[in-house]
Amino acid sequence: MSPSAFEDVIARDQRIEPRDEMPDAYRKTMVRQIAQHAHSEIIGMQPEGYWITRAPSLRRKAILLAKVQDEAGHGLYLYAAAETLGVDRADLTQRLIDGRQKYSSIFNYPTLSYADVGVIGWLVDGAAICNQVPLCRSSYGPYARAMIRVCKEESFHQRQGYELLMTMVRGTAAQRAAVQDAVDRWWWPSLMMFGPPDADSPNTARSMAWKIKRHTNDELRQRFVDMTVPQAEFLGVTLPDPELRWNAGRGHHDFGTPDWDELKRVISGDGPCNAERVANRRRAHEEGAWVREAATAHARKKGAAA
Amino acid sequence: MNDDDNVYAALTEDNDARWAFGTGFSDPLAGVEMAPAGEDLAAYCLMLGDDALIMSQRLQEWVARAPELEDEVALANIGLDLLGQARVLLARTGRDEDDLAYRRAAAEFRNVRLAELPNGDFAHLVVRLLVFSTWRLALLDRLAASADPTLAAIAAKGVKEVAYHRDYAARWTVRLGDGTDESHRRMRRALDELWPYVPELFVADPVESEPFAVDPASLRDEFDQVIAHVLETATLPIPDVAGDPAPRGTHTSALEPLLEEMQSVARAFPEATW
Repeated sequence: MSPSAFEDVIARDQRIEPRDEMPDAYRKTMVRQIAQHAHSEIIGMQPEGYWITRAPSLRRKAILLAKVQDEAGHGLYLYAAAETLGVDRADLTQRLIDGRQKYSSIFNYPTLSYADVGVIGWLVDGAAICNQVPLCRSSYGPYARAMIRVCKEESFHQRQGYELLMTMVRGTAAQRAAVQDAVDRWWWPSLMMFGPPDADSPNTARSMAWKIKRHTNDELRQRFVDMTVPQAEFLGVTLPDPELRWNAGRGHHDFGTPDWDELKRVISGDGPCNAERVANRRRAHEEGAWVREAATAHARKKGAAA
Repeated sequence: MNDDDNVYAALTEDNDARWAFGTGFSDPLAGVEMAPAGEDLAAYCLMLGDDALIMSQRLQEWVARAPELEDEVALANIGLDLLGQARVLLARTGRDEDDLAYRRAAAEFRNVRLAELPNGDFAHLVVRLLVFSTWRLALLDRLAASADPTLAAIAAKGVKEVAYHRDYAARWTVRLGDGTDESHRRMRRALDELWPYVPELFVADPVESEPFAVDPASLRDEFDQVIAHVLETATLPIPDVAGDPAPRGTHTSALEPLLEEMQSVARAFPEATW
C-alpha cells in the first residue's frame, strides 16, 4: 500500500489492518494510544481492587470482582491489539513500570470509601464510555474491534456503579454522606479524563485527520457533562461546581474550568497515588518473574522432548 | 454526534451472558424450589459454603498481584465461581447470606483451615488450589447424587467449575515443578507447608453421615490418586509430613484478621443497605 493508498482508506472511512502499510507516525501514535489504554485498564484494577476483600455484601463483592476481572481482560486484548503493530506486551509492561509510558490520570486518585466504587462506576466509567464509544469507529481495525467489546462491558460497570449509589442514597444518613463526599472528590478528576482543553491539545488535529479520534476533548467533555447532570439530579447529589447551569441558548450546560495545573502535575507523575500505583505494578511484575521463567523453561523442555 | 448514538444505545442491552453468575440484579436462587432446610442440612451447607467463601476471600487478595494477565483473569474467575457456590450454599441454610458472612465471629465459621491460611507466593497458591479443588471436586461429584435435590443441583453446577479450577492448578503444578530449580524448590516448600492441612479434609463431621451428605473419608482414594499423578508428572515428591486431623471448627490465628478485613465496611455502616 502506497502512502496515497493509506490516505485513500482513511478518506473512504475504511479500516487500516495490521499488514497494511502505514506512516511511521501513525504506527507510533497507535502504539502509544493503545498501550496507554491497556496500562490504564491494568493500573485501574488497583483503586477498586482494594475494596473487593472489603465489599459490604456478597452480591457487591461478586459484582466488583467481576468488574475488576473484566479490566484485566480488557488489558489483555488491548495489549494484543498493540502487538499487531509489532511491539510486545512484556516490553510495554517494562515501559509502564519504568515510567516511560503513561496511563489515565484518573487512577492516581485514592479510593477512600466504598462509595468510591459506585462513583468510579458512574462517573469514571461513564467518562470512559464517552471517550471510547467513538473509538469503536477508529481507523485502526484491531483497536476499533477491541473497543466494541470493551464498551459493552463498560456499560455494565457504569450501571452497577449507579445502582450501588441509588441503593446507598436510599440507605442511612452516613451512606448518603459517603456518596456526596465521593462525588465531591471525583467530579473534577473525571472531567480531566477527557484531556487538556482543545487549545492545549497539539495532537488532536492529526489524530482527527487520521480518524483515530472522532471528536475533540472539549466536545466529549461537554457531552459527558450534559449526560451526567440529570443523572446527578435523579440521584439527589450535588455536583461541586457553582458555575454549572443550563444554557438554553447553547443547548448545553455551562460549567467551570477544571484545574489544568493539577492535571499537568498528575500526568507528569506527581499525583496523590502515582508512585504507589506504579510501585504495586512493578512489585507484582517482579514477584512473578520466577513464575514466567519457570513456564518458559517448562515449555522449552516439552518442545525438546517432542 | 448523532452518528454515535446508535452504538451508544446498543450498549444498554440487558442480556449479556458474559456477566458473572450471581452478579445481576436478581436473586441468584430465583426459580430454585427449596424445601425448608433442617438443622443438619443447614449445618452441612454452612460448612461447604464457608469453605468456598473463605477460599474465595484468599483468592481475592491476589487481584492485581498475579504473575501474568492470563492468571489475573483465571484467578478472579475461580474466586467468582467459589463466591457463587458460597452464596447458594449459604442461602440453602435458610438464613441471610450477609448475616452469615458479615455478622459471625471467627469461632462460628465452619471452614477447613486450609482455606483460611495466609497467602504466600504463587507456588503456595498453586499447591493450595490443587489440594482444595482436588478434594472439592471429588466431594461435589458425589454430592450431585445428594438426597436433597437443591444441594444436588448446586453440586452438579459446581462440578463443572471446580473441574476447571483443578485443571488450572494441575497445569501450574507441572509447569512449576518441572520448570526451573527455583520454581521446583518453591513448590517443594509450599507442599511441605500445606501438607499438614490435608488430613483434616477427610475427618467426618457428625452431619456428614446424613443421607444428603458425602462421607469425606470416601474421597481419600480419589484424592490420593489424582495428587500422586499430578505430582509425579511435575517431578515433585509427595511430602512426608505428618498432618493434624483436626475437627471442623478448628481455626488458625489467620481467620480473625481475614474476617476483620472482610467485615470492616459492613460493620462501619450499621443498619445500612447495600
